[in-house]
Amino acid sequence: MPKYYLDFEEPIRELDERILELESQTDPTQETLKEIAKTQGKRHQLIEKVYSKLNPWQRVQLARHPNRPYSLDYIQILIPDFIELHGDRYFSDDPAVVSGIGHLGERRIAIIGQQKGRDTKENLYRNFGMMRPEGYRKALRVMNLAEKFGLPLITLMDTPGAFPGIGAEERGQAEAIARNLLEMSALKIPIIGVVIGEGASGGALGIGICDRFLMMENTWYSVISPEGCASILFRDAGKAPEAAESLKLVPSDLQEIGICDRIIPEPNGGAHRDKDSAINNLSQAIQEELAALEKINPENFLDIRIEKYDALGFYQELK
Amino acid sequence: MAWYNRKDKKFKDSEKKSIPDGLWEKCISCDEVLFRPELDKNLCVCHHCQHHFRVSSAVYLDLLLDKGSETQLFSTLESKDFLGFKAGKKYSTQITGAKRKTGDHDAIKVYSGKLNEKPIILGVMNFAFIGGSMGSVVGEAVSRAIKTAGKKKIPLVLICSSGGARMQEGAVSLMQLAKTSAHLAKFSQEGGLYISVLTDPTTGGVTASYGMLGDIILAEPGALIGFAGPRVIKQTIGQDLPKGFQRAEFLLEKGFIDHIVPRSEMKDKLSRLIGLLT
Repeated sequence: MPKYYLDFEEPIRELDERILELESQTDPTQETLKEIAKTQGKRHQLIEKVYSKLNPWQRVQLARHPNRPYSLDYIQILIPDFIELHGDRYFSDDPAVVSGIGHLGERRIAIIGQQKGRDTKENLYRNFGMMRPEGYRKALRVMNLAEKFGLPLITLMDTPGAFPGIGAEERGQAEAIARNLLEMSALKIPIIGVVIGEGASGGALGIGICDRFLMMENTWYSVISPEGCASILFRDAGKAPEAAESLKLVPSDLQEIGICDRIIPEPNGGAHRDKDSAINNLSQAIQEELAALEKINPENFLDIRIEKYDALGFYQELK
Repeated sequence: MAWYNRKDKKFKDSEKKSIPDGLWEKCISCDEVLFRPELDKNLCVCHHCQHHFRVSSAVYLDLLLDKGSETQLFSTLESKDFLGFKAGKKYSTQITGAKRKTGDHDAIKVYSGKLNEKPIILGVMNFAFIGGSMGSVVGEAVSRAIKTAGKKKIPLVLICSSGGARMQEGAVSLMQLAKTSAHLAKFSQEGGLYISVLTDPTTGGVTASYGMLGDIILAEPGALIGFAGPRVIKQTIGQDLPKGFQRAEFLLEKGFIDHIVPRSEMKDKLSRLIGLLT
């Protein structure tokens, strides 16, 4: 896929292209090499400047960046011996979610990730990462398998929401998500949830109940997409940037509220500029978190989760 | 006092589907003109077409609990605008307005009481309070209702009506789906009986959590029940929706609810189910 630049990334394009041009010279002179180094330095500074003061709407756009690593990009590197498991055993196999088992470092784990497509054809196949009920039921099947064989569970969230369609409603989208919330709460295995891109609403939460909630640095998580919120509350989808501000959906805000437990730093300029180090950072974080969660008695997970989610409400109580 | 509601579309009533003041009411389903006191006596159900009007929690309280047996619980919980959310209106202003309009403290009321002499915990949601949306207060009240039913080892009945999670509380409102479902997991493991009753409308986060998690799920006739709202689906797929789509009858046919129960028979049906399962 060709490199894609968001509007606020445009100034970087020029330097990227200049470096490419210089590097493509056969037999570069000493002069050229010097200029490459100089331009790279300039680019580094520019990227730092652009990325150090992103507003929530820019971060939403970054989370949707078409060059960003998707679930399968992470899985291929994190879990070299990954075996994908297909189908919900009731209706079909939902390609909007990928699930399976393999080794992460020394550990056997189960992993479930929402999967977007890189181009139109792939996106039609993956349904833009919007799961249908059979997707949630496939995920639940793999969760139960993981619990049966004592594998900790990793879930990667990257969805604009659960699919709103006729078939999805007919087959019980709400029931499928609700069932997962209930069953995941009681799973006797550690669960780590990670937002790697967009974490929208019940669509993300349907695989998102967890003991540790991690977010990559340039992602968002919310009860509704900024566009959805804008069109309902402002009656104007164009007000999405304001809605993104109001919803407090970026990782730092969510960490303050207590929803996000850990922010995974992305390389300079975002995960799409250096996938390997983004994936490496995540791998390290997951392994550290798993090491801590493994000490918990599996019988206690339900009570621990109840306590965790009980604390995530803010109200006043009149005397 | 108005004898009729305005027909002129330019003058919209703000409370479209609840019962406004006035001696006469036009049924929004069959256009029959109904005499208000008669309608009230008939539990706000049109005698002509059986359309079930949206009603306040007081109607279900009178309908379901034995007279004088009820105690209201958790009524001291109040929403607060912890994000300083504003979109058009400020959230704090919306809360104050909804309280004034409904006289309720939030979108749910919880009671302990008796249904045909059997003790139960009853929660009743109110769509008139910010679209029956679930924020921290609804999440906490439902969770406490579940815990109380668990502790007392008595059945839990929740009358749902909601447009979904309360956006004005951001991701915290989403967490209420997780919170209530986790409590239900524990309640279920301990053998508790939970019956959910879906009334018009139940959509979004409430359907996708405790709405669909009843051991038994009942619905009122014609109630709109779904995950995504019909408008969103129509926009997404760009085609008209089939007749009766997402109505209680549709869900019964697709296998997602146990029974459609008219309001007048709700108490009897609940009583018999509770009798058989406890």
